Amino acid sequence: MKRAIGLAAIAAMTVSAALAETVAPTNVTLADGVIEASLTGQPGDPVEGRKVFANRKQGNCLACHVNSDLSEEIFHGEVGPPIDGVADRWSAGELRAIVTNSKMVFEGTIMPAFYIDSGYERPLEDFAGKSILSAQQVEDVVAYLMTLKEE
Amino acid sequence: MNLKLWISLAVGSLSTAAIAQDSNELVIDGETLVTETAAPAHLEDFDTIYSGWRFRSRETQALETDDFDNPAFVFVDQGLDLWEEVDGSAGKACASCHEDVEDFAGLRTQLPRVQDGELVAMEDLVNGCRTERMGAEPWKWSGGNMTAMTALIGLQSRGMPVGVKIDGEAAPFWEKGKELYYTRVGQLDMACSNCHENNYGVMIRADHLSQGQINGFPTYRLKNAKLNSIHARFKGCMKNIRAEPFKEGGDEFKALELYLASRGQGLSVETPSVRN
Ligand code: HEC
Ligand code: HEC
Repeated sequence: MKRAIGLAAIAAMTVSAALAETVAPTNVTLADGVIEASLTGQPGDPVEGRKVFANRKQGNCLACHVNSDLSEEIFHGEVGPPIDGVADRWSAGELRAIVTNSKMVFEGTIMPAFYIDSGYERPLEDFAGKSILSAQQVEDVVAYLMTLKEE
Repeated sequence: MNLKLWISLAVGSLSTAAIAQDSNELVIDGETLVTETAAPAHLEDFDTIYSGWRFRSRETQALETDDFDNPAFVFVDQGLDLWEEVDGSAGKACASCHEDVEDFAGLRTQLPRVQDGELVAMEDLVNGCRTERMGAEPWKWSGGNMTAMTALIGLQSRGMPVGVKIDGEAAPFWEKGKELYYTRVGQLDMACSNCHENNYGVMIRADHLSQGQINGFPTYRLKNAKLNSIHARFKGCMKNIRAEPFKEGGDEFKALELYLASRGQGLSVETPSVRN
């Protein structure tokens, strides 16, 4: 019992430490198409990122991007370019910028900005003032994208 | 399904789903409908417009080619019952004033239109008769009675080209609809044009994006097994991009409806169509 409480306390501390370093959407600095530093101050988890990429309620990146690494999913969209080998084309800092706010990288793109919490009109009440993904999820997706190499 | 149809479908299926809009014909009861035609002059970025039917799978397409297979006709029959049904304080049915529903041939092609300075949709006309002439309660914009009736009335124009008026008194409504069409909304921050103008013909996950035409409404959707009004579809697309929808029957959606109808000028009315 005592030990369990101790572990929970440590877990709670780690969470608050992570929260303390998380950059809020409004404070993100995106310069020249790059965000160098991790939004959470820590590396993301590529295994989680793969799930976020496919999940319809999270990234739903698969709605628009074909991804051979997710061949177990039957439906891949074609609105954006295939994501295969994306880490050969972009650095982690560039991918972080694309996922955070694609519009700052590709002018007028249909791709949603996944880490902004304002600047859009008429959001459904449940989503108002929120970003589509959390900082952690953005980092997880970036870590996952960095595994997609062909060369 | 008759043999001729089966052959045309079999030939059509040689091509892939992704280029469905370039390959096949819609024939209902021996009549060929226009599912592809030159874009109206006001559409600058488009050469050709296509009915949503062209983007559906062979199986879904086939359901619309025969009225016995078309599940929407259950509701058209309900519409016929409602046509005869006396309702309201005046003791009247639609049939008391309108001799034959066939007299409405052509009406679908002109709506929405401006009357007395207001933009009116078919639902407004139906509810106008109910409240003013029958002394009956108005029907809900996208409710079952209303969609059954708009399907029945719309069917009378099947095969006729969409031809809404967009100049003169209609112009300000049309401009407003156009503006809404190109305005990004919702947490996903997209406009109708992002999907239906810039990306029609490609897959968005499991859906084959069409040009978002409204010539087939109300539409029977396999997804919810009922007739869906134009405004209910607008609402659905807005919710998908996590946007607060405008009100069904409200000024915004009526303006958008006029603008969308005008993007489909020349396509055949397909009411009641079948989609997934
Ligand atoms: C609604 C469509 C859509 C969604 C959803 C979407 N994207 Fe995109 N994405 C695009 C388009 C379109 C482009 C190409 C840029 C442009 O020209 O607009 C793009 C470009 C990219 C690129 C650059 C690819 C290259 O090779 O140049 C990356 C990386 C990317 N997206 C990642 C993602 C990730 C990760 C997600 C989900 C978290 C996502 N996208 C969700 C449409 C989308
Ligand atoms: C994220 C992409 C997306 C956006 C943005 C979007 N739609 Fe759609 N829409 C779809 C999909 C997917 C379908 C179903 C397949 C099809 O017919 O394109 C659809 C279907 C439709 C249809 C039915 C077409 C038919 O043949 O039955 C209409 C009408 C329509 N949309 C209008 C709109 C309007 C108006 C807006 C803006 C308020 C809008 N859409 C925004 C994705 C979108």
